[in-house]
Amino acid sequence: MAGNSTTVIPPDFRRTAPVDQTGIEERAARFTKRSIKQSSKRQALNMVLNMIDLTTLEGKDTDQKVRQLCYKAMHPHDELPNIPTVAAICVYPNFVRVAKKALDGSGIKVASVATAFPSGQSTRAIKLADTRFAVSEGADEVDMVISRGKFHAGEYNFVFDEIAAIKEACGQARLKVILETGELGSLDKVRRASEIAMYAGADFIKTSTGKIQPAATMPVTLVMLEAIRDFYYKTGIQVGMKPAGGISKSKLALHYLVMLRETLGQDWMSNEWFRFGASSLANDVLMQIRKETTGQYQSAAYFSVD
Amino acid sequence: MAKTASKQINKAKIKPLRFDTDWQYDPAPESAAAAQIEPEYGLFINGKWQKPDSGQYFDTINPANEKTLSRIAVANEKDVDRAVRAARNAHEKVWKKMAPAERGKYIFRIARIIQEKARELAIIETLDGGKPIRESRDFDVPTAAQHFFYYAGWADKLNYAFPQKKLNPLGVAGQIIPWNFPLLMAAWKIAPALATGNTVVLKPAETTSLTALKLASILQEADLPPGVVNIITGAGATGAALVEHPDVNKIAFTGSTSVGKIIQRSIAGTNKRSTLELGGKAANIVFEDAPLDQAVEGVVNGIFFNQGHVCCAGSRLYLQESIAKEFIRKLKDRISTLIVGDPMDKNTDIGAINSKEQLNTILRYIQIGKKEGAAIHQPACSLPKKGFWCPPTLFTDVAQSNRITQEEIFGPVLAILTFRTDDEVIEKANNTPYGLSAGVWTDKGSRIFNMTRRLRAGVVWANTFNKFDAAAPFGGYKESGFGREGGLHGLSPYLEINS
Repeated sequence: MAGNSTTVIPPDFRRTAPVDQTGIEERAARFTKRSIKQSSKRQALNMVLNMIDLTTLEGKDTDQKVRQLCYKAMHPHDELPNIPTVAAICVYPNFVRVAKKALDGSGIKVASVATAFPSGQSTRAIKLADTRFAVSEGADEVDMVISRGKFHAGEYNFVFDEIAAIKEACGQARLKVILETGELGSLDKVRRASEIAMYAGADFIKTSTGKIQPAATMPVTLVMLEAIRDFYYKTGIQVGMKPAGGISKSKLALHYLVMLRETLGQDWMSNEWFRFGASSLANDVLMQIRKETTGQYQSAAYFSVD
Repeated sequence: MAKTASKQINKAKIKPLRFDTDWQYDPAPESAAAAQIEPEYGLFINGKWQKPDSGQYFDTINPANEKTLSRIAVANEKDVDRAVRAARNAHEKVWKKMAPAERGKYIFRIARIIQEKARELAIIETLDGGKPIRESRDFDVPTAAQHFFYYAGWADKLNYAFPQKKLNPLGVAGQIIPWNFPLLMAAWKIAPALATGNTVVLKPAETTSLTALKLASILQEADLPPGVVNIITGAGATGAALVEHPDVNKIAFTGSTSVGKIIQRSIAGTNKRSTLELGGKAANIVFEDAPLDQAVEGVVNGIFFNQGHVCCAGSRLYLQESIAKEFIRKLKDRISTLIVGDPMDKNTDIGAINSKEQLNTILRYIQIGKKEGAAIHQPACSLPKKGFWCPPTLFTDVAQSNRITQEEIFGPVLAILTFRTDDEVIEKANNTPYGLSAGVWTDKGSRIFNMTRRLRAGVVWANTFNKFDAAAPFGGYKESGFGREGGLHGLSPYLEINS
């Protein structure tokens, strides 16, 4: 056996890398100073649209609402030729079958939240059942939440084992692990939760459920991107990133793309490895694409809300 | 496959991240047309533009494309004498007698006009000096305005700064500033001098006179009484004439240690006062418990800010051995995302080297580093054909005795060394004739205090680098000079303080 081959051993999660909040905020602000113009802007807008997980996670969701969202996912704005579709739609488990059928043959993935989303306050058995149900209904991706209470209590092994168990229940489906950073309280804890999730088998790490404020921010996302980079260099395993909630304008999405480009580079610059969890972002991107195409802004009334 | 923990990995197969992305940023140039540069500048003496007695002019060029921007007057001894006499006259007849609150009003007005003309000043600074427009726009110009605002506030409160003391201005201050932060250094010099009731003869560096000359027109617009600030241009001979003029009460100089030594010799035995802010070779020290990614940012900012043309640049990096390998990898990744090129492009991180002469100095040191056996790393980047350019440069396997560790290069060149213990790194960091600044990166508060107490440097930054504030004093130990600029400390070098 080659001397370089080793097994990935999880580190002591009490001793994860420290993060300096002021330094992170300064670096995050620097990305917003990049000026994105002309063809690089058009290219970026298309990329953003193609990275969106178009989301509806409401108590009032219905089959019909989900079907409408699926049509929007496939036909973001038919007036504009040559624009990509979104990456996926994201729904509750009981709408997976409806979505799967509506999106059949489009290549658009169906992501389902699971594990007693959004609070995660339930038993392991129920969380596993929730996951298995979503996968059996046809979910391509599962968005789970971590047990924040256990995390704050320092029970890192519990959090780790839970993620690993859900990963196993996912089978072929890709697992996104939501840290709910708005409840974690510090960037050090964001870094720690990121590492636990990745070592436990996350395919993606995701900032937020969208139900807690603050949701995704650039500093939080940067901490997670840096954790992904360090994990990659340690293990060779590529993990994806999904900031979710609070990104509703194209300009902000472009700042995130700059941050992605300058932190992880080329290999992460596609929807296989980066997603925006958002609902209203898509229309703002479409509005900007139209403006770049025709030179004029069009009223929001011309863009379908669903 | 259940969890990552059971996966086999082959470390040799892990490829470096790729930053040569398909998605590139298009050029986003600032418009040079938004700034007005005269084809020729005279000397600003006694509130008016005057032809030089020398009759001579020199070209000032844009170091990014070597094109001539303007012609600038050379002040000879007679011109210097005219300027000093104008300053003396203004001091005796107007400025000294003026109510301090009135003096403050003028300084506030200068600060506000700098803010109003911020865009134009930033453009001129970048065209003339080669620094990225992002830096002149976000750092040089706002910090210059802040300095005037800060000292304007002190003008009528000097008795609170020095209670129970009798205060008198010194008289005429001769001020000589460098080419790395032309407008900002002018602000550092002029603002405290005016606030304390002195008048000024300022000489900017010959490669970067334009923003100082623009400042002259701002002083006119602010209606500053004639002669209170005089701005004369020229090279070393002009500076020497100013230093040697018998009616100058104080010399304030920022520049190289070698010129600082000449100035000190020249004024020895006179009653001229002086403050000298000279060279540096700052140690930036990263401990194993530091937030590494933020330390990488601090190191990059410490050495590549303004192409490394910074006297307090963190040009020696000391890494604790246990993290050295990982840190160097992070640093290499980071510098491959730096954009080197047209300083007027809003996305440029590293602009042009200020002059051909300075470029030659930097290139000579890079050769020395290679000859000394250090390993060089420069990211792949295409540099413009015209102009003066140097990519960000890292040297690893560097020894304490190497010249690239000991001598100030004043360019984007970082010497990387390693250490094992706190005592060792303190000894190495202090093992230099300079002592302007230092940086400490650690998550441990007690270590920060231990380090700041024992490092012989005027400024020690903890978990940050190259941070400046008008309220914070700045200055050196040892051959980095003496006297402090900024803050309350920056007032005393311009005052006669009697009990």
